[in-house]
Amino acid sequence: MGVRNLKKTGVSDKLKKFLFGFVLLFLLPGCSDRFVLLDPAGPVAQTEYRNIMLTMVLSAIVAIPVLAIMVYVVYRYRDRPENQAPYTPNWDDSKILEVIWWGIPILIVAILGVYTVRDTFSLTRPPSDQKPVTIQVVSLDWKWMFFYPESNISTVNYVEIPTGVPVQFVLTADAPMNSFWVPQLGGQVYTMPGMEMYLWLQADRSGVYEGKGANFTGKGFAHMNFQVVAKPKSEFEAWVKSVKRSAPPLTNEKYNQLVKPSIANKQLYSSYPTSLYKDIVNKNGGMYYTHHGHH
Amino acid sequence: MVHQIVEYLRNADPLIQMSAAAIVLTLLGIIFALTYYKKWRWLWREWITTVDHKKIGIMYLICALLMLFRGGVDALLMRTQLAFPNMNFLDSQHYNEIFSTHGTIMILFVAMPLIFAMMNIVVPLQIGARDVAFPFLNAVSFWLFFFGALLFNLSFVLGGSPDAGWVSYPPLAELSHSPGPGINYYVLSLQISGIGSIATGINFIVTILKMRAPGMTLMKMPLFAWSVLASCIVIIFAFPPLTVALALLGLDRIFGTHFFTMLHGGNPMMYVNLFWIWGHPEVYIAILPVYGILSEIVSTFSKKYIFGYKSMVASLMLISVISYFVWVHHFFTMGAGPGVNSFFAVASMAVGIPTGVKVFNWLFTMFRGRIRVTLPMLWALAFIPCFVIGGATGITLASAPSDYQLHNSYFVIAHFHQTLIGGAVFGLLAGMYYWWPKMFGFKLNETLGKWAFWFFNIGFYVCFMPQYALGFMGMTRRVYTYPAETGWGSLNFISTVGAYLMGIGFLFIVVQVLYSIRYGERDTTGDPWDGRTLEWSLPSPAPHYNFAQIPTINGRDAWWEMKQQRKAGSLVSENELKPIHMPNRTPLPFLMSLAFFVSGFGLVFNQFTIATVGLIGVIVCMLWRSLEDDRGYYLSVDEIKQTEASVRGA
Repeated sequence: MGVRNLKKTGVSDKLKKFLFGFVLLFLLPGCSDRFVLLDPAGPVAQTEYRNIMLTMVLSAIVAIPVLAIMVYVVYRYRDRPENQAPYTPNWDDSKILEVIWWGIPILIVAILGVYTVRDTFSLTRPPSDQKPVTIQVVSLDWKWMFFYPESNISTVNYVEIPTGVPVQFVLTADAPMNSFWVPQLGGQVYTMPGMEMYLWLQADRSGVYEGKGANFTGKGFAHMNFQVVAKPKSEFEAWVKSVKRSAPPLTNEKYNQLVKPSIANKQLYSSYPTSLYKDIVNKNGGMYYTHHGHH
Repeated sequence: MVHQIVEYLRNADPLIQMSAAAIVLTLLGIIFALTYYKKWRWLWREWITTVDHKKIGIMYLICALLMLFRGGVDALLMRTQLAFPNMNFLDSQHYNEIFSTHGTIMILFVAMPLIFAMMNIVVPLQIGARDVAFPFLNAVSFWLFFFGALLFNLSFVLGGSPDAGWVSYPPLAELSHSPGPGINYYVLSLQISGIGSIATGINFIVTILKMRAPGMTLMKMPLFAWSVLASCIVIIFAFPPLTVALALLGLDRIFGTHFFTMLHGGNPMMYVNLFWIWGHPEVYIAILPVYGILSEIVSTFSKKYIFGYKSMVASLMLISVISYFVWVHHFFTMGAGPGVNSFFAVASMAVGIPTGVKVFNWLFTMFRGRIRVTLPMLWALAFIPCFVIGGATGITLASAPSDYQLHNSYFVIAHFHQTLIGGAVFGLLAGMYYWWPKMFGFKLNETLGKWAFWFFNIGFYVCFMPQYALGFMGMTRRVYTYPAETGWGSLNFISTVGAYLMGIGFLFIVVQVLYSIRYGERDTTGDPWDGRTLEWSLPSPAPHYNFAQIPTINGRDAWWEMKQQRKAGSLVSENELKPIHMPNRTPLPFLMSLAFFVSGFGLVFNQFTIATVGLIGVIVCMLWRSLEDDRGYYLSVDEIKQTEASVRGA
């Protein structure tokens, strides 16, 4: 399913592709790289993928028989003069049946509940016991700003991470609230002015993963995309060095320009004012909150 | 203000300029027609000043269908823009305005009035009452809704539509990021119609609890009345938080406070909580009465008592309680912590338990019945699979770890359209077809109705099934365009085709109504479906006092049992007629709501003189009502006899 072929194909081809896509969706999850949610590239996305599949299968266990019963009943008990099926107009209660259909959904919700609670708690912990990397993220109108506090470099709409290492994203906003989402690495978390949010992600294989702003923030929202490049630790460290060597520094003046509403391309900065990130959180209300980080 | 509006129109999109011209022409046309046919007096006496619940219900229905048209056009514009990658049909700003108005209109000005229409038309007839408990308040509710909707719909030609999504989250919805009048329109129109909704909730709770016919204990009450009771309980608890959220946002925008602003210590998350404390119960407000409608229709057209009545009642009431404990699932991704998220996730899944029970009970009502697939039953049958799939995907979204991935994606869009269209709209259309003869005295044409049904249904699946897949492809909601490399193009194109099929389905409904007004099968018996509940014991349409004599109820499905007794020849003869006490018609609800509208319009543009004049008008109307001595009037026995003779064709 090459991207470039799409433009040349007609509607019927599109239909075939759609049907093909649906077959893929239900039979061969993970085989198509377009279905990013079905192609997790790290432990966080993997946990969430399994959770999605579990809920779908368990729901289907109830839904499919219900649909089958409905088709059968409507077919069998149509009001036709020749219909010989039994007709019991006053039969309106059965303790046994009631117990069955209160019981089945309760059981399924209980099973799902256990897995949901387990995964919800596990996702707040680092996905592996390697030494984590911290990256601070600020959503702006309409771009993503990344700070690497450990190496003092900064980027826009582009972020590199080492593979096999948990990355703790610490997120805030210097604009209306957005949501930070890299589907192949894991689910999203909101960025909110004045508050710090925490998100663990990890890439287990090298690659380029599309990231996006998922919560509507106005005119330029559709263009708030960024790339996450995952590469082995040594290559990642080499990249950090090259940024420190060759990119320009980020000054306060430059940042004040970036805050203004606009759409941006990838940018790299060799350094940034040390207090910049903290100032961003504080000026938007961070000074009124005491932070209890969920590390 | 005038200057601002003129400037806006001059610079607006040609689509908007054309709409403005069309609105002016339509208005002139209506005024001309009313004058030419000398209908002003009729309009005033029969409709604008009426307090009759049946007429109020019909007005709700007409408004809801008009708004469905508007919301549907919004939807088609959006789907056109998304049909191909990099489309240039709508720009970002225009697209943002359209999805904001689409959502707001469909929830508040389509779903709500459709429900209020059914409640108004059916509940008093079904419980053997002559009107609602507070007929005057009922008219106030309607006119507040009407003027709220009017104010909201004026926005796109007078100054600009709201453009921050139907949720209008601050700080995006604050002056700092949305300086135009759009969000003010949103705040004030929802506030005005919201007051009406709360009043309706109170009105129907009292009606159902206090005005049932003698013998109709709660456990003999039809399930539709139960579902309305459950829905109204949710209304009176859920709407006040919305009122507070809108009031605080309005204060921020109009008077410069800082409840939800970015700077000066405002906290936008408070708004998000308040909004969804209303917002999630709101969808249960919309779906609960539909459960009632389904129960009536499935039972009638299976010629059987509803299966598991007590279970049905219990599940309705359980849903209305659980609905308050699920709101956080709209923002699991706002970092509330695993404990909070776990609680709300499990509570959200738990809604599936009573809902599943209802589906099983409908199936077993049909089991060993005699199923007549009429138009209402057809829509009810379409409801079940659609709602089951929508519910199943809802379970996935309720599980917090799944939601981290699917939140804000097209999976969510597909899910809630499936529950709100496949659920609420299918069910409400079923109800509309079912009670149409009772409202107007004729049936809607079956053949045209079937065309509408198949176009709308097939269109629905073609439109929304691809959107689930788009969610798995990572397509986020509210994007006005997307690049070709995403690979979202083909599924979006199919989805757009589906949307247009649904549009054709809607047009068939319009044609069906127009055709049937003239040629539809007349209902001379008052009981065209061989019904089971009391409304079918009355002529169609029911006389304005409903019941010449209030019946005494001995069992559930009261009218069905009366018919059985009559067949057996054991029905007791009726008592003497007595004069009936009726409420007077009054212009005050209309005038008071008009004053609310004037005040709201002034506030939208920060014109405090106009706002104050409007508010004074409101207060004068309230004082007028408080001080006037309106004791209603009595219908004499002779008048009742005459009316009965003419409507029953005796």
